[in-house]
Amino acid sequence: MSVTDTRADIPSVAERTRPLKAEAPVVAAHFLGQTAIFVLGEEALLFLPPAGEARTIPVHDGAILASAAEASRIVTGGDDGKVVATDAEGKSVTLASDAKHRWIDHVAVGPAGAVAWSAGREAFVRAAKGAERTLAVPSTAGGLAFAPKGLRLAVAHYNGVTLWFVNAKSEPDVLQWKGSHLGARMSPDGRFLITSMQEPALHGWRLADRKDMRMSGYSARVRSFAFTAGGKWLATSGSNQLVLWPFQGKDGPMGKTPRILAPAQPQIEVVACHPKQEVVAAGYADGLVLLVRIEDGAEVLARKGAGAPIAALAWSASGAALAFGAEDGAAGVIDLG
Amino acid sequence: MSDKVPVTVLTGYLGAGKTTLLNRILSEPHGRKYAVIVNEFGEIGIDNDLVVGADEEVFEMNNGCVCCTVRGDLVRIIDGLMRRKGKFDAIIVETTGLADPAPVAQTFFMDDNVGRKAKLDAVVTVADAKWLNERLKDAPEAKNQIAFADVILLNKTDLVAPDELSEVEARIRGINPYAKLHRTERCKVALPEVLGRNAFDLDRILEIEPEFLGDGGHHHHEHDDAHEHDHDDHHHHGGGLKHYHDEEIQSVSLKTERPLDPDKFFPWVQQLVQTEGPSILRCKGILSLKNDDARFVFQGVHMILDGDHQRPWQQGEKRESRIVFIGRNLPEDRIREGFAGCAA
Repeated sequence: MSVTDTRADIPSVAERTRPLKAEAPVVAAHFLGQTAIFVLGEEALLFLPPAGEARTIPVHDGAILASAAEASRIVTGGDDGKVVATDAEGKSVTLASDAKHRWIDHVAVGPAGAVAWSAGREAFVRAAKGAERTLAVPSTAGGLAFAPKGLRLAVAHYNGVTLWFVNAKSEPDVLQWKGSHLGARMSPDGRFLITSMQEPALHGWRLADRKDMRMSGYSARVRSFAFTAGGKWLATSGSNQLVLWPFQGKDGPMGKTPRILAPAQPQIEVVACHPKQEVVAAGYADGLVLLVRIEDGAEVLARKGAGAPIAALAWSASGAALAFGAEDGAAGVIDLG
Repeated sequence: MSDKVPVTVLTGYLGAGKTTLLNRILSEPHGRKYAVIVNEFGEIGIDNDLVVGADEEVFEMNNGCVCCTVRGDLVRIIDGLMRRKGKFDAIIVETTGLADPAPVAQTFFMDDNVGRKAKLDAVVTVADAKWLNERLKDAPEAKNQIAFADVILLNKTDLVAPDELSEVEARIRGINPYAKLHRTERCKVALPEVLGRNAFDLDRILEIEPEFLGDGGHHHHEHDDAHEHDHDDHHHHGGGLKHYHDEEIQSVSLKTERPLDPDKFFPWVQQLVQTEGPSILRCKGILSLKNDDARFVFQGVHMILDGDHQRPWQQGEKRESRIVFIGRNLPEDRIREGFAGCAA
């Protein structure tokens, strides 16, 4: 198979794009219902409802450093020390203000309306009803992930991950692995915890027996990784091809090689998994966006590559729309319905 | 040529005057906006819109090398600052007095996201003319900061007698003969001397000559001797510096007019930084390679090497290779011997 970036010979949905130009870099994207929401590098969210004009909603006084979405709201953390929740109508409430005005580096949303955030070496959790809880970790938190069930938060940091049963009296559990862990994800079945490392590699633990697994071979730090809808695959950035680690067996990817799809010249910056099917959207460093079916590697062109790196991808809950955003503020929503 | 944001690193032992320099940079009417990353946040007032407190978290990389460290806080903060790109023209990182500059520098080479968006401009070290001699004896950090520097401000010169000043300057030169050195009072220096230096830009490696500053100006001194630090000709450089040899940190300078064999040189230098990485603080080189009409330049921090062809050798330009290593207890004989074996 020849490696081309123009992807001239594959089916395209690019013409079904509703384009948009943001005033600032797009750093993340989410959907609330049918409305695409682009998180800008500074200050604001950009709402693009399916009908009607785009509108800008200011939420932070400074950079927006982290965001996470659940069905009814987007939670953002900023360098103004605030954690803000914004609903589909664009109504914002400040959930927390850091007493020391530290940057809110990470946010996560969990089951039953729980929200987590971190500032420096402290992680915070607030359940929908209940007091705010704080956990000190040994170094600055590199990433947060809620377990799919129960109020349990994984906090990645230097030399490992702290697993915190927020409401338990017991001491948090620490999974150790040397190096700096910068992002965390739990598999949808809650069996595996995966972190991205400062090195171009992922680390993983099978939580039942704490068995380590190491996923390496990347050309760059893996800054985006996500499980597919059924949790069978872990899609990852950090290479100029889509690297998918198999998680269908009880051993996960241990002793297995990844599936490699969608090779291109530029590197993959962002991945986003379809909410229902085993399809992955991959955003490349030249602005290319491909939809890749895992089963047979079939590709669909979603956006031609000619510009700034893709920084954000998000599927709507039904999978009928895909939002993309680039570092230069170019953005759009592709109608796949 | 590059839209990467330049980053200047300010180091210096406690009380040397880093914050004075920082405030001078920020307050002069240059029309540029800086984002400032400071430690000891809140202790001393810094009048700037964008000030970020850092924790100096030094993280080892998982590659089996103890000297491959990055500043985890910089990886995070620079990523965050880049969301506000356009609000500032350059970044200044002020380290604590006890900080090792190497992890800061290495962050720009080891983290692809930082390296894509920002570039290291120079390491600027502020030294206290009155107390540096003492610190060089009792504080390894102070010596490290001198050895690592591209630019040194020998500050508080008004507090010492002229002979004391020459003495401390000679001590600095014994450790790092290559940095640009400026004598200052209250860090008064023209800002182009400390900012926009491009000291880590391969295109700017023009010459590798020791710097001697005696009479207040820059005075280049041509050496024909391949041995920079152990030669006997104690010239009176400008104001007449004494020649000191630091017991611990030295520079080893290599020179040859014979073209180098790339198949010998590169494996040798790779092997050298692999084995001696922890002791090599910095290195820099201009190479004349066999059957190659372009200059090859490289630089390194501990075991990280960065190199490329730079430009064709010009007509009339002397084709010779020059390399300098600055490091701690360097095995000089072994380095010279190895280098001699790289000739084509």
